Amino acid sequence: MSNYFTDNKDLQFTLANLELEEVVSLRENNYKQAEEFDYAPENYADAKDNYKRVLELVGEISGERIAPRARVVDEEGPHFENNKVTYHPLTVKNLEELRNAEVFGVMLPRRYGGLNFPVTIYTMMTEMVSRADASLQNLFGLQDIAETINEFGTEEQKQKYLPRFASGEADGSMDLTEPDSGSDLQSVRLKATLDPKTNQWYLDGMKRFITNGCAKVHLVLARSEEGTSDGRGLSMFICEAGPELVVRRIEHKLGIHGVATAELQYNRVPAELCGQRKRGLIKYVMSLMNGARVGISAQALGIAEAAYREARKYAAERKQFKTAIEEFPPVFSMLASMKMEIMAARALLYETTKMVDLRNVYNSIVEHGKAEEVTPEHKQKDKLYTRIAAVLTPMSKAFATEMSNRVCYQGIQIHGGTGYMKDFNAERFYRDARITNIYEGTTQLQHVAAIGGIMQRVLDPLMDEIAGLPFHGKLKRLSTYVDEMRKKQQTAVQYVAEKKDSTYYDLVTKHLVDMETYVFVGYLMLRDALKDSERELFAERYILDAVPEFDRSYAVVMSGDVTLIDNYRELIDY
Amino acid sequence: MKRQLMVFVKQVPDTKNVSGEAMTPEGTVNRSALPAIFNPEDLNALELGLQLKERYNFKVTVATMGPPNAAEVLRECLYRGADEAILITDRAFAGADTLATSYALSCCAKTVGNVELILCGRQAIDGDTAQVGPQIAEKLNIPQIAYVEEVISLSDKVIKAKRAIEGGYEILESPLPTLLTVIDANEPRSASAKGIMKYKKAKTRSEIHKLMRDADYTDAQALADKENEMMAKNLWIHEWDAAKIQADVNRIGLKGSPTKVKKIENVVLKAGKVVSIEPTEAGINGLIRELIEDHTLG
Repeated sequence: MSNYFTDNKDLQFTLANLELEEVVSLRENNYKQAEEFDYAPENYADAKDNYKRVLELVGEISGERIAPRARVVDEEGPHFENNKVTYHPLTVKNLEELRNAEVFGVMLPRRYGGLNFPVTIYTMMTEMVSRADASLQNLFGLQDIAETINEFGTEEQKQKYLPRFASGEADGSMDLTEPDSGSDLQSVRLKATLDPKTNQWYLDGMKRFITNGCAKVHLVLARSEEGTSDGRGLSMFICEAGPELVVRRIEHKLGIHGVATAELQYNRVPAELCGQRKRGLIKYVMSLMNGARVGISAQALGIAEAAYREARKYAAERKQFKTAIEEFPPVFSMLASMKMEIMAARALLYETTKMVDLRNVYNSIVEHGKAEEVTPEHKQKDKLYTRIAAVLTPMSKAFATEMSNRVCYQGIQIHGGTGYMKDFNAERFYRDARITNIYEGTTQLQHVAAIGGIMQRVLDPLMDEIAGLPFHGKLKRLSTYVDEMRKKQQTAVQYVAEKKDSTYYDLVTKHLVDMETYVFVGYLMLRDALKDSERELFAERYILDAVPEFDRSYAVVMSGDVTLIDNYRELIDY
Repeated sequence: MKRQLMVFVKQVPDTKNVSGEAMTPEGTVNRSALPAIFNPEDLNALELGLQLKERYNFKVTVATMGPPNAAEVLRECLYRGADEAILITDRAFAGADTLATSYALSCCAKTVGNVELILCGRQAIDGDTAQVGPQIAEKLNIPQIAYVEEVISLSDKVIKAKRAIEGGYEILESPLPTLLTVIDANEPRSASAKGIMKYKKAKTRSEIHKLMRDADYTDAQALADKENEMMAKNLWIHEWDAAKIQADVNRIGLKGSPTKVKKIENVVLKAGKVVSIEPTEAGINGLIRELIEDHTLG
């Protein structure tokens, strides 16, 4: 009997200590929804109880039902014949069970059949589903598509699509990437033409690497403005699967075998415009991708959790030299570092989702509220949380996905030769984790997305708040280490800014983002240790490990060393 | 009016996850050491009932006999799609064996009335008797099909079901009303999110009264108002006592139970001796010699 919620102390601690009251009371319209819907909460305590119970439900489905099927799904995967994708029968069963559990419209408003849960709770679900079967998260996690229609679509579109998503009848895909447009989405070419007589849009062209490209409902980024070549000529469209939308092939991938990744050909596919023309990339896709980035962070975290658990179990059971291998310092240090990295990523991820939730509620008031009810305070908070979420979302994705790769690497290492074999799950986790730091924007792009806010010190007010907490004893000492790192980080930021060398800036961006992460997570670990003394140990381990790593990056940034910039050609061409 | 079926369920100690001494020194089950769970095969019975609800538009009423906290197992049924729930509870029911239990449950079915189909799990994991279902059918004087895997068809008057027999299965027809005992042959659905959020608030009268007392509302009018509100919201779990189901007091509880437990033995199963044999010529020869000596080989 395994329940991926009740067996995870850290996740339960996170839920118990999240302060979501502001978010929930705004989302629930001060709990007025309870009058209309019999499953809406009557107050915050009721809402929290709902979250816990539904997480237990998803934890049970993940641990009891989905996880035991994951190996077969990975080995056999979906079937493709005559341009038709058929998912593995066990994947179909997984989806059916999640549908029966009514968790396909987790964040959608109740009037469309959703649960109206915050992103934070949805993210916890994606973490657990990913721990059970990473590839299933690519289907479960497509709820962001419905979220995007909810955010930017017309009321008519919402009524047409959202109930289908919420019931799980329709699945979705986000069709962005093209053969020549990966990281550079501004260059998307898929053509959208408007028939002036009927006022109907049609799509023509190709998309590639489309996760679940066989979906019933597609959100498509397409060039609606003839003669343009940049992001401002792109709009977003909704279209449905049909004979004009051809799945040409599905990819053979290293990991996430359970989900089909498709190449699509659009032959005059009828489509509806979603939102306003020309805002497709700059507004809607950015919003869609930010949502998806949180989901991928959770996917990476779930895989890492699974990899850690199996490595931990193996290290306890495996005896060499008449000793369980977990007792050897090289092994227990690996296990401890895996555990710490997972806890750090979880702390960062759910701090991020909380900020995303705050942004969403204030943004919704500012954009959709009655004009007379929108106060300057609402606008100010919308702006503030938008800025914070814009830094934390890529920072969290960079950290969680790279972390997951490290943890899965060590997971195999702990298994030794056994881990290299297909008999154990360790190799599957390693393969599945590998995509997480690539899709929805590579780590390198996450760094680019985060660095602006780091240079502007967007997170400083949050860190000030934690730095001002009444730490004593060991925590006091540890907090001085973190304060010290932050001072150095501010120095490094200033140094890079004053250097006014854009190549150097790009070169050390990675280090500055890593350093910011060490500092910020250090504060989060301190804050959590103050809530539960059991966690002092984790704050200590995390911070003592972080300091030398931080100092290394600090030395690199402050060196001002430009020899790589000068010589890279000679170096890589030798 | 909708056609009606009933599912009898039971809350049982989780015998697979024993966290301490399973038996008290007096030889009764130590319930505090064993978490209470939904009897597994009752979940199969409920699943079958819910499938029949979807196929033939039945109303599904679930009932359990037990102490007040057994209401939890009824809420679990509501989370999955049951329409109505009855807790049969009364101090007079305590100490019932299978005879007294099946009598009480048959009285409950009569009180509900117009039940075309009764579903029970084959057996409960605490007693493993598999007697209660068949005895209910006997007391109601209706046919029964035991060890059912699935219902093949159902008309207004006849049910056709597939049941497991040793080495195979058989398909039986029975006139309605009838009783089925169901085995572990379907996959019980999980609860649904909306079901949980709504029906976690479903309460029995005793539970409502306790909540109201805790909140310092004790006057009769406030209690009655709350009860009416819960009924109107369909959050009401019926709480029926011996009088309500018109049970003969001499046939329920300890009084109605001829079974007397003479002695309970705590059987400790011990694993056999583990011998490790080196993968060498000498080791294998030694193993073969031993197997020949104790006549496993040769």
